[in-house]
Amino acid sequence: MNGSATAIAAAVASGRTTATAVVTACLDRIGRLNPVLNAFTAVLAERAFMRAASQPIGPLAGVPFAVKNLIDVAGLPTLAGSKINRDHRPAMADAPLIARLEAAGAILVGALNMGEYAYDFTGENAHDGPSRNPHDTARMAGGSSGGSGSAVGGGLVPLALGSDTNGSIRVPASFCGVFGLKPTYGRLTRAGSFPFVSSLDHLGPLARTVGDLAAAYDAMQGYDPADPVCVDRPPDPVTGVLDRGVGGLRIASAGGYFRAGASAEALAAVDAVAAALEASETVTIPQAERARSAAYIITTTEGAALHLQRLRSRPDDFDADVRDRLIAGALVPAAAVVQAQKFRRWYQQAVLRLFDHVDAILAPATPCVAPLIGQKSFVLDGKDVPLRPNIGVYTQPISFIGLPVVAVPVPTAAGLPIGVQIITAPWREDVALRIARALEAGGVARAPSSKREA
Amino acid sequence: MDDAALDGLIDAGSAIMGITMKPAWRQAVRMHLAISLGHAETVLEADLPDELDPAPVFRA
Repeated sequence: MNGSATAIAAAVASGRTTATAVVTACLDRIGRLNPVLNAFTAVLAERAFMRAASQPIGPLAGVPFAVKNLIDVAGLPTLAGSKINRDHRPAMADAPLIARLEAAGAILVGALNMGEYAYDFTGENAHDGPSRNPHDTARMAGGSSGGSGSAVGGGLVPLALGSDTNGSIRVPASFCGVFGLKPTYGRLTRAGSFPFVSSLDHLGPLARTVGDLAAAYDAMQGYDPADPVCVDRPPDPVTGVLDRGVGGLRIASAGGYFRAGASAEALAAVDAVAAALEASETVTIPQAERARSAAYIITTTEGAALHLQRLRSRPDDFDADVRDRLIAGALVPAAAVVQAQKFRRWYQQAVLRLFDHVDAILAPATPCVAPLIGQKSFVLDGKDVPLRPNIGVYTQPISFIGLPVVAVPVPTAAGLPIGVQIITAPWREDVALRIARALEAGGVARAPSSKREA
Repeated sequence: MDDAALDGLIDAGSAIMGITMKPAWRQAVRMHLAISLGHAETVLEADLPDELDPAPVFRA
């Protein structure tokens, strides 16, 4: 299943293969590799074959995909990585994003492992076990969309959906070496998904090529009044503009905070991308450290409020690593939360002014390559710090104000991939994807094949 | 904030919030509370205009 989604769709459309043959090969690969990668929590073979038999048509005809298990799948309880939600009734309907992908011809093949309630950057899960990195199974897939990164990185499916509140698409994309798109806040409907932090939650795709990312994104755009955050604006298709090149685009690297703590691999990846784009300028994102703190406060307090009743009634049924953070979040003074939301206004206004001068900003997606599963701390800016709260140090200040980002995978001297964020102004996913495409075409960014080709 | 002060907040806050703390959880909760309060301090130190509107999501 290392064929791209767009290649599969072209083969199905031309009659060179069938959707049933594609699904058969996909399920075979999942059957062989998932026992190691632990990316899937449900495989929907019967549903997939029924769908394939209907001879789907469209830009994603016959393309298998899977979704993070916080996204509603008809007939399955929406786990959100938890034990507690296993008691929920099965979802009555698919989430709108699944319906939109299937309307474009894609075929849902399963639901994916994730960090409990999405409060996670590791991809570890106390109930389902960790999703594993396809390039070194002793290492984390990243979270919280760990199954999404693992499944796409391992070639089990060419396309997956994840969610990103503080980096949960971009972190697993970085660790697993795939492309990830966190669209503008409000661009894609979140209806039919289990929430984490409404102020910050996004859904988006992960894929092995930029063309696949764009095709999935185009299929999912469109207003949905069922999500109060979804903005009523017409779809803005990007597939047709991917190959316009980067000539004339003003691209700069983020300095200061975004270089201070990064590993040599992270900095080398950003520098390689900047060099390929001839982006010599550096910009300073003002008060990024405070933005990260504000995102942290909003996250921990909204998360605590969401789960308070469950913390009271079923605390032993949580993943301990999540429960203990949520309890701490319940004890944070309210004044800090309101101030964090006020600061968000200030910060948004300040950062948007940067886009008067640049079209895109480059920054590391993660401070390091994938840590070992079970690792509890890592070195950041010369200090040993807890891992779980700090892997999102470079992603949080960006999603905090809803900017669109494409994370592109770059090879490193360590032999593992790492992601670089391409950050653009709101609603300019097209610019980020054009840049990602140019990097892919130039061989600078690419999704490496998994060594697990059993 | 030292451990005793954090423990005081954990004890009082968890009781008020109706969360039954277990001894085995305390060390991790204390660590995460210290991290969160550090971020809260960073946020509260921001010098922002009184008139600045918060930015949660809402449309009338």
